[in-house]
Amino acid sequence: MAKLTIDDLKKIKEKHHAAFAVREGGNRAKITVHMGTCGIAAGAREVMDALMDEMSAKGIEDVIVSTSGCAGFCVKEPMATVEVVGEPPVKYQFLNPEKIRKIVNEHIIGGKVVEEYALVVGSETSY
Amino acid sequence: MANYRANLMICGGTGCIATGGMKIKDALDKELRERGLENEFKVVITGCNGFCAAGPIMTVYPEGIFYERLKPEDIPLLVEEHLLKGRPVEKLMYKEPEKRHTVPSMNEIPFFNLQVLRALRNKGMIDPESIDEYIARDGYQGAAKALTEMTSEDIYTTMKESGLRGRGGAGFPTGLKWEFCAKVQADEKYILCNGDEGDPGAFMDRSIMEADPHVVLEGMIIAGKAIGATKGHIYVRAEYPLAVERLKLAIKQAKEYGLLGEDILGSGYSLDISLYLGAGAFVCGEETALMRSIEGKRGMPIPRPPFPAVKGLWAKPTVLNNVETFANIPQIILKGADWYRSLGTEKSTGTKVFALTGAVNNIGLIEVPMGMPLRKIIFDIGGGITRGRTFKAVQLGGPSGGCIPEHLLDTPVTYEDITKTGAIVGSGGMVVMDNFNCMVSVAKFFLEFTADESCGKCTPCRVGTRVMLDKVTDITEGRGKPEDIENLQDLSRDIINTSLCGLGQTAPNPVLTTIKYFKDEYDSHINEGWCKAGVCRDLVTFYINEETCTGCGACRRACPAEAIAGDKKIPHRIDQAKCIKCRSCYERCKFKSVLTGPGSLREELLKKEEVKA
Repeated sequence: MAKLTIDDLKKIKEKHHAAFAVREGGNRAKITVHMGTCGIAAGAREVMDALMDEMSAKGIEDVIVSTSGCAGFCVKEPMATVEVVGEPPVKYQFLNPEKIRKIVNEHIIGGKVVEEYALVVGSETSY
Repeated sequence: MANYRANLMICGGTGCIATGGMKIKDALDKELRERGLENEFKVVITGCNGFCAAGPIMTVYPEGIFYERLKPEDIPLLVEEHLLKGRPVEKLMYKEPEKRHTVPSMNEIPFFNLQVLRALRNKGMIDPESIDEYIARDGYQGAAKALTEMTSEDIYTTMKESGLRGRGGAGFPTGLKWEFCAKVQADEKYILCNGDEGDPGAFMDRSIMEADPHVVLEGMIIAGKAIGATKGHIYVRAEYPLAVERLKLAIKQAKEYGLLGEDILGSGYSLDISLYLGAGAFVCGEETALMRSIEGKRGMPIPRPPFPAVKGLWAKPTVLNNVETFANIPQIILKGADWYRSLGTEKSTGTKVFALTGAVNNIGLIEVPMGMPLRKIIFDIGGGITRGRTFKAVQLGGPSGGCIPEHLLDTPVTYEDITKTGAIVGSGGMVVMDNFNCMVSVAKFFLEFTADESCGKCTPCRVGTRVMLDKVTDITEGRGKPEDIENLQDLSRDIINTSLCGLGQTAPNPVLTTIKYFKDEYDSHINEGWCKAGVCRDLVTFYINEETCTGCGACRRACPAEAIAGDKKIPHRIDQAKCIKCRSCYERCKFKSVLTGPGSLREELLKKEEVKA
């Protein structure tokens, strides 16, 4: 890979937003499973496996599946964040393979937040 | 037949009765009678109305208002508002499922809305194994600006103006440290990252290294430029395998993009960073010991001066900064010193990450502006104490820190204010304790740690911590003497004054703060042989107050030694011969009927049983 210039940094940023943005590029949702040590210790790997399995079983191809580190609310792990185009992100708590499958079906496919598993809606403040 | 103003139809089907329908009827009858309304409103028990899941339910005719999920405590309000004033009570009425109870938004939950993310700005937002995602969130822009638009002096002056203080615990002004090193002429200089995070219960640095490894690299590049470093090392403890993996990958990716190595971004500045693994020694978190460890020597501190900024790793000028400190740096370069100062207090600017844990409801990693009162952090963000217990103390700063009691909870979290209490802000570990914790045991726990981790170089630390530990252990096992308190305080002062490094200089802090604020616990251990929290097994006897015991059996079921006898609704009794002092009964009882007494009480109770038998 070539060494970057400052312009390249900006280009990567733009290209990334285009490809991964939950809007352009044809993706209608993004689901992130939080896999910091706290999440993994609580079972996030099994949740991730179940998620990938359910997505492929239901033939969903326009939803991004991603991982990230600790979401900060360690006691509520395993957690996942679901972002659907046009709606604020929803953070789910205390997940297991069964719950994540329900979330795929009811939230990602059906468009309805699974309230009993949801912790909070929205994005955090950073300034 | 009297003319009723309204009929109150309470569902009397089996479902609603099971959820308390008759209690609603009783509450309603009582309330109407008390207000002299029993002739105006007729209470009718009907058959099952079908909506069993929403029970207990009540329909008020003639309006046809449908109330659901009623509780006896709702009735006075309902009678007052609806029946007397004609205003149906909305919050008790049936709601359609969509409107029933929406998920709260982030700005409604204190855990989230009181935090401000700076070091943790990428928290949960990026895939830590993707450098592109880091760049997409303005990653490496700070480094680009520092390398191509700023001089070394510009950089460290900005850092000085921002007021950023070392987040590893010592709180030394970062910009100042960089300036000292920048001004030294040398052919080789080093920029080090302290990822050793040894405090028990602290996980701020681990989280940053796992979830956002590139921010550490970017911070090091900027610092490296400021001081003129030729090489960088990240010292990460081996007990953090995920952090090690992520950092390794991040370094590889940064190298591939030319963001590490020769001539970064065409700026002319070159820096290589390598990873160095720790080997399980807490003392290697101390900067001079860390540097010896990298040199392949035993991790032991050396006297300062000379300070590492002048003569550090391999005797070359070196700057060591903490992970969280580095996480703040790119944003400060991009947004400026004034932006950073806009939060926090004058002497403690910016934000601090805390690992909030212990007896609170909301355990996790939080970042708050400096100056926020402890009470707000523990009760608003932390959601208060779990299991209905009461707050006793909050331990800040790990084994170097101290315990802060309830009456000091309004202390704002700044370096100066916390130091006044005798504790330290430290690296960010915040362990909340409740009334089931024994503060003497807490002091013992931290002493066990520091005595074990002492490198052994300084006699007062090597021997002194061990002597202190033995004394405190004696106190927890019933061998304490009144003069022990003063001896512990004298010994503490000597160890603090004569130790070479931070480990010895702060190891006595937990003992000193617990003696200062919880002397009554030391006194009751020493003078009464009684650990009132029920932790020190030799100094406690558990017994049941037979006058208040309701015979619910919860303690009997919880007892692993089958030491509790009793039947339903009959006061229970603990067999002192079988009791292993595990405290399960004490923790389970909801009627405050399991009590603690001094260790000596056991003999008395046993004798009483003998006499009876």
